[in-house]
Amino acid sequence: MMLLALSEHPAPAAGGGHGELDVMGALFVFMLATFIGVMVIQRVSRLLHTPLMSLTNAISAIAVVGAIIVSAGKDYPGYITALGLVAIFCSTTNIVSGFLITDRMLKMFKKQEKVAK
Amino acid sequence: MSAETLVQILYLISTALFILSLKWMSDPETARKGVFSGVGAMTLAVVGTLTGVLATGGTHYWWILGAFALGAAVGYPLAQVPLTAVPQRTALSHAFGGLAAGLVGTAKFFLYYGQKNEAALTPFIVVALVAEILLGFLTFTGSILAAGKLQEVKWIPQRPVTYPGQNASNLALFGVALGLGVALVLHPLAPWAPYAFGGIILLSLAFGVLLIIPIGGADMPTVISILNAYAGLSAVAMGFVLNNKLLITAGALDGSSGLILSVIMCKAMNRSFFNVLFGAFGQTTAASGEGEQKAYKADTVESAAMVMEQANLVVIVPGYGLAVAQAQHKVREVYDLLKKKGVTVKFAIHPVAGRMPGHMNVLLAEAEIPYDDLLEMDEINGDMPQADVVLVIGANDVVNPAARSDKNSPIYGMPIIDADKAKAVYAIKRSKAPGFAGIDNELYFLDKTFMLFGDAKAVMGELARKLAGEGGH
Repeated sequence: MMLLALSEHPAPAAGGGHGELDVMGALFVFMLATFIGVMVIQRVSRLLHTPLMSLTNAISAIAVVGAIIVSAGKDYPGYITALGLVAIFCSTTNIVSGFLITDRMLKMFKKQEKVAK
Repeated sequence: MSAETLVQILYLISTALFILSLKWMSDPETARKGVFSGVGAMTLAVVGTLTGVLATGGTHYWWILGAFALGAAVGYPLAQVPLTAVPQRTALSHAFGGLAAGLVGTAKFFLYYGQKNEAALTPFIVVALVAEILLGFLTFTGSILAAGKLQEVKWIPQRPVTYPGQNASNLALFGVALGLGVALVLHPLAPWAPYAFGGIILLSLAFGVLLIIPIGGADMPTVISILNAYAGLSAVAMGFVLNNKLLITAGALDGSSGLILSVIMCKAMNRSFFNVLFGAFGQTTAASGEGEQKAYKADTVESAAMVMEQANLVVIVPGYGLAVAQAQHKVREVYDLLKKKGVTVKFAIHPVAGRMPGHMNVLLAEAEIPYDDLLEMDEINGDMPQADVVLVIGANDVVNPAARSDKNSPIYGMPIIDADKAKAVYAIKRSKAPGFAGIDNELYFLDKTFMLFGDAKAVMGELARKLAGEGGH
């Protein structure tokens, strides 16, 4: 039991940041990222709010990172792996469709001179 | 360099690219660079994670590859939907995002629980886990339902569903979920903990449904934005659980985007978050159509064409009806013909026109109308008195002067496009019934207003023919 616990938590840090949990550090990152997000998004042209939302959709599919970590874990019970794999599927769907449709929409936005031949 | 350092460096670059990606969305000129940067960021994130997993001896690579392939196979067709269906596609992808977060949270909890890993289940982690699954699963069912409403799936009620004590019972259920969450934080390894966890999952799934059924179509832009924020926040919570700063950052970017869009939508409707979520708009308002029977003044497309030809400035106000009728290409024809006759044509776009933020802009851009002619409400309202003709296509509440004058109107105080200040108004309407919010529109009964009844696409097509001079004079 104890061995399993050890292999999961404090020791190897590589699996995408399983290091010692630094609560305050994580909260700082969250706070700063939120401010950056708010400031950057406020400047997004209103013309582009639909593509913005599909882009952030794709970005929030960053959950794929967690899904991979869960799926790839050695000696995890099968149902844990299965949950992770479904999560990878969902996230990948969002990544692929989110980026593709954003680009498809953005290609359509044209200025005056480019439209008039 | 250790594998962990390499992973963190890849994550760092990925984070920077995500921020740049959103920064480049500030201008249509640079926006496509934003997509490439986002793709780069996501690639680095996946490569980094796989590197880390490889270094610590992970398994199941073929399965993971398979899940990727399947996801891509489903994602590709989802990106090819017609642009009128973008709101429901967006809602559907919020659902996928929420589900992914919820599943990872569930897996993590049962993993730690199975390992009796007391060190991992600190109060902070458990709080984050509960937040992750609550937001994740709520977003999942809520977004599925929203997508169903937008797609007009038959078995999902379009009209808001309300019943007595709705908010009170929702609040009570939320209290139960909160209580289970607190119990879990205190005793994460108790024998009953999996049941408490399962209970929170079921309640979260229920909340998604309960929060969306009272919401009507006109509130969809706000609701989609709020669900967007929830999906982002659930990724943040996952970042806390996994102690992964990339997840925290990317989730926070998504969360703040959803938040800002929700605020913009709420302001554009003069309503608070609370009011949107708990107000059940549209239900109470349908009754307000009392008073004298007013008569519409219908006109022919031919005379509308004649008036527009003579105009200097024509302002077109598009709404959801344009999207439903897929009229954007016919609108483009009319736009071109009027321009050729020396008429200035502008589009006045209300923030909540359509079913999601920016919906109208995308449709009109699809029809190759240059974006310099798509103006925001605030930009065009000053010019409205100079407009010779305002052509309202499938919009209703966003041009209803009752928002300015009638204190009893449910949309009172909502900023509107001042169509009533123009010299003449033509409004295309599918039927004589009131709009989605069920409110009568005074604009349609003004002396200078003429109605063109019919499907927006058909009417615009006929207008284009008359302007081109076919079958006319």
